[in-house]
Order: sequence, then C-alpha cells, then structure tokens
Amino acid sequence: MGKKIAAYDKVKLARDTARPKTEDFIKALFDDFIELRGDRLGKEDSGIIGGIAWFHGQCVTVIGHRKGRSMEENVKYNFGMPEPEGYRKALRLMKQAEKFGRPVITFIDTPGAYPGMEAEEHGQSIAIAEAIAGMSSLQVPVIAVITGEGNSGGALAIAVANSVLMFEHAVYSILSPEGFASILYKDASQSENACEAMKMTAADLYEFGMIDKIIREPADGMQSDWTAAFKETDKVLRKELAKYEGLTPLAVAKHRYHKFRRMDEKKIISRDM
Amino acid sequence: MSKLFDDRRKEMFRLKELRRRKGVAALEETTFTCPVCNKEHEKSALAKHYFVCDACEYHFPISARRRVKQLIDSKTFREHTGNLVSSDPIAFPGYEEKLEANRKKTGNSDAIITGVGNIDGNKTVLIVLDSTFMMGSMGCVVGEEFTRAVEYAMKQSLPIVCVSASGGARMQEGMFSLMQMAKTSAAIEKFSAMGGFYLSVLTHPTMGGVSASFAMLGDVILAEPGALIGFAGPRVIEQTIHEKLPGGFQRSEFQVEHGFVDSIVTRKNLKKTIGMLLLMHTRTKR
Repeated sequence: MGKKIAAYDKVKLARDTARPKTEDFIKALFDDFIELRGDRLGKEDSGIIGGIAWFHGQCVTVIGHRKGRSMEENVKYNFGMPEPEGYRKALRLMKQAEKFGRPVITFIDTPGAYPGMEAEEHGQSIAIAEAIAGMSSLQVPVIAVITGEGNSGGALAIAVANSVLMFEHAVYSILSPEGFASILYKDASQSENACEAMKMTAADLYEFGMIDKIIREPADGMQSDWTAAFKETDKVLRKELAKYEGLTPLAVAKHRYHKFRRMDEKKIISRDM
Repeated sequence: MSKLFDDRRKEMFRLKELRRRKGVAALEETTFTCPVCNKEHEKSALAKHYFVCDACEYHFPISARRRVKQLIDSKTFREHTGNLVSSDPIAFPGYEEKLEANRKKTGNSDAIITGVGNIDGNKTVLIVLDSTFMMGSMGCVVGEEFTRAVEYAMKQSLPIVCVSASGGARMQEGMFSLMQMAKTSAAIEKFSAMGGFYLSVLTHPTMGGVSASFAMLGDVILAEPGALIGFAGPRVIEQTIHEKLPGGFQRSEFQVEHGFVDSIVTRKNLKKTIGMLLLMHTRTKR
C-alpha cells in the first residue's frame, strides 16, 4: 500500500477549497470567455457556469459546476449544488453548441444536485433526466473533466461525454459518502468507512472503464501547483478533442451512445451462458 | 384551511410510520389492515379490488408480477426477463447475500419484469419495476433489462409502457448504478427520436436515480394516487432545510399541481386508461 492515498483522504483533497475551481480552469485554459446565463424559463442558477470561448483557435462551449471560493461566494452559488434551472441552462447551452457545431467541454465539481423544497417544486428530477437524455444524443464532441467531487445524478447530468477525464485525487460517485452512509448504514458519520466500499477513486473508475484518462497530480493534490494542473489539462483536452475531429456529427453521437450502452457489459451475468 | 393541512400532514406521518412498520410484507398475509382507515381486508376480497382499499382508496403496494397480471390481457404476456443476474460489480460487502435473499423472497432474478403483451388488445412492451425486490432499486440488471426492452420496442415498432416503483439507484452497485441513468435515458432518447410512444406510470415510490432518468421522460406521465415522487428523499430535504416538510409534499397530487405529471389515475382505471392512450398512438410499422 505505502503511498496509496485512502479514499476518504481523496475526498478531503477533492473538496479542498484551495483546489482550482471551474472558474479558475476557464480563466486559465480559454480565451475571451463570454458567460451565457439563464434557462429562458424564468431563472438563472449560478451554481452552474456556462458560456462560449476560444480554445486554441476553436470556439467551444464550456459548462461547469460553480462552487465559489469564499464563504460569500459559496452561499451565492449554493456550494455548487445546482437547482433544476441550472441543468436546464446547461442543456440549452449544449443544444446551442450542437446547432453551431462547437464541441462542449464540461467541468464537474459538485456535492450533488440541491436537495431543497424549491428544487423539487421546480422539477429537479425531470431537469436532470432531460439533461442526461439530451446530452446522450448531441452531435458534437463532449469532453468532461472531473476536477473535484462528482456526486450523484447532479454530476452525471453534465458528464455524459465522449471522453471522461478525471484528476487523480478527484472522486466520482453515486452519492456523497455522507448520503451513502445515511442510506445504507442509517448513519452519516459512517461516511469515512463508506468511501472505500463505494469505489469512487480515479483508479477504481479507470479499471471499471468508466473514465478514459487519469490526469496525474502531486501527492498533496493539484492545489499545490495550479500552473502544472492547467498545463496538463490543456494538453489532454487538445488530445481528446483531436480524436473526434475526423468524425461526422452522427458518428460522434453514436460513439457516445455505445460508450454508455456497453460500459457495464462485463458486469452482468447471463444464466444462458 | 391550515387545519386541513395539519390534518393532512398528521395523516401522512401516521401513514408513513405504518408503511415503514408493515412494508410490503403485509402482502404475504391473508388479512390486512388499511394503514389509512384501519379497515380489515381479506386478501381475496382485496385482490378483486386491485389491492385498493374500498373504503378510503388507499393503494396498497403490489409486486411487479401482480401488476403485470392486472394490466395485461390474459394469456398474452411473453416475458423477456429472468436470465440476467448481477455480478456484484464493486464487490460490496453483504450484497450477494442480500440479492440471494431477495431472489428467494420474490422468485424474480432482480427488481424488474419486462415483456410483451396486450393491454385491452393493444400490443405493447411492458416494463414493471418491483418495489418488493430491494425497493425496486436500479443496478446493472434493471438498467440492462430496461434498455433491452426499449431496443426490442424499437426493432418491433412497439410502444412502451413502464410502471415505476423504485427507491432510486442501487447503492450496492456504486457507480455502475449511476451509469444506468445514462444508459436507460439514452435508450429512451433514441426510441423517442424514432417516433416511439413511451408511457410512464409512476407508482409509490418513484425516487432518485429512477425518477431523474427514464421515469420522467415519458411522452405521457401518469401517476397512482398518493405516490411519493421526487429526486431527493423527504428525510434528506428535511435535514438540508432544517424543517419538517408540509403534508402531501412530493406526492402525485403535488406533481400534477407543479406540472410534472399529466394525470392521476386510480389502479382500477389504469388498464383502461393505458389501453386508450395506446390506441391513440397506434402507428403503422415502418
């Protein structure tokens, strides 16, 4: 084991406020970012940031969870927990990207979709369902980068991508460890134990074939060297985007469909065999 | 007005407590008591009433097998499920044993039954989630059986009727469960683009990863009365906002009021309503 970092410690690294946030990635990797706001149905949810920008001379749509850094920002952005309106905005921007043929790059960093009364009243379920479904058929390349914590349908709603990249100390899971422990052990304080069992680290998910590439980090996390993290992300993003350059729009959508269609095929046992 | 809400809220909490204690195990008994009005029912009499209390309209939870029987014209159902089993993909402690116990209890291989049959003479693919099998939770097998059923419907140009009853994603399969949301939603998206008709029926409960994927993607969405339907569970919301939820929150009636469900249909009228909707969406084979 030696150097291996425990899953629970990865959760702490992934949640560290000193870690670069979606806004920092946007500032560092893209030129002339123009933020596009609103779901066109009555609300702007800033827990998700979206817009268009240049990436090495190519116009792209960028979407990501926005946590903010200071307490004031955290509250303003609801700690990166989007409401339905955030997902509706994300889907609107993705459809817009498809119309204009630009690739979509998403940054995932969320404790999960917001579990509040208003979120339920405004259709959190259907907003996420429609984002997932809509994203699955987009005829432009989609690259998702999991930078911090990616929990539940709230993360997946902007992560149905052709290529899913993940930072070495990021975590990606079905639910927050606290929520998981609360459901399975009826005790949220068991979350530390839950982390190992949940198989939420980049190494686990790479082995499962759920992510396509692990972006390496120093032992104390990319928070110790932002510049290196941005440089590496820039490199892999360029490489991943290049993969889909020669493909027709339909082939890009098909590629994504089959990726998710077959992701678990080795994990189902047929009694016929 | 506020008294009305208070009464309703009290009733909901009492009901919830009773449901928790009784659960679906009640269905194994020969007589059982309505958790809302306390009326005693003989099982045979209740079965004739679609497992709905004739005094207060309370809809008892029913197994997927019974649901199929209630909806499909007799002798027309051809089942497609039965030969897929979970491989315990993240080697979760205690999961294998839990699966085995649920297989024994229900006689089914997982929390889903799919097949093809007629509803009032209209041929359709039918998908039913089974809340008696690990709360109808969605892991690889549920996601795969659902997707195969959708693919079959695409190939045969058939409509799809899906009756959901699920607590959400199956925690014991970790990220594999989360990925089922993408797989099933993508399949419905494809089916829809081909012009297929998808009717989603929400029953108690339809929550989390199931409601935030295929259950909410219906061309038409119906719900049984009083079903709990939502993304986050009531307990999680209460912990987040630090207050008690009002009575009726996230129930079918609430979902209609907020525009997420087309209509509430009692179990007694469900088959007839589905049959009518299927007939209205008949299409010639392409």
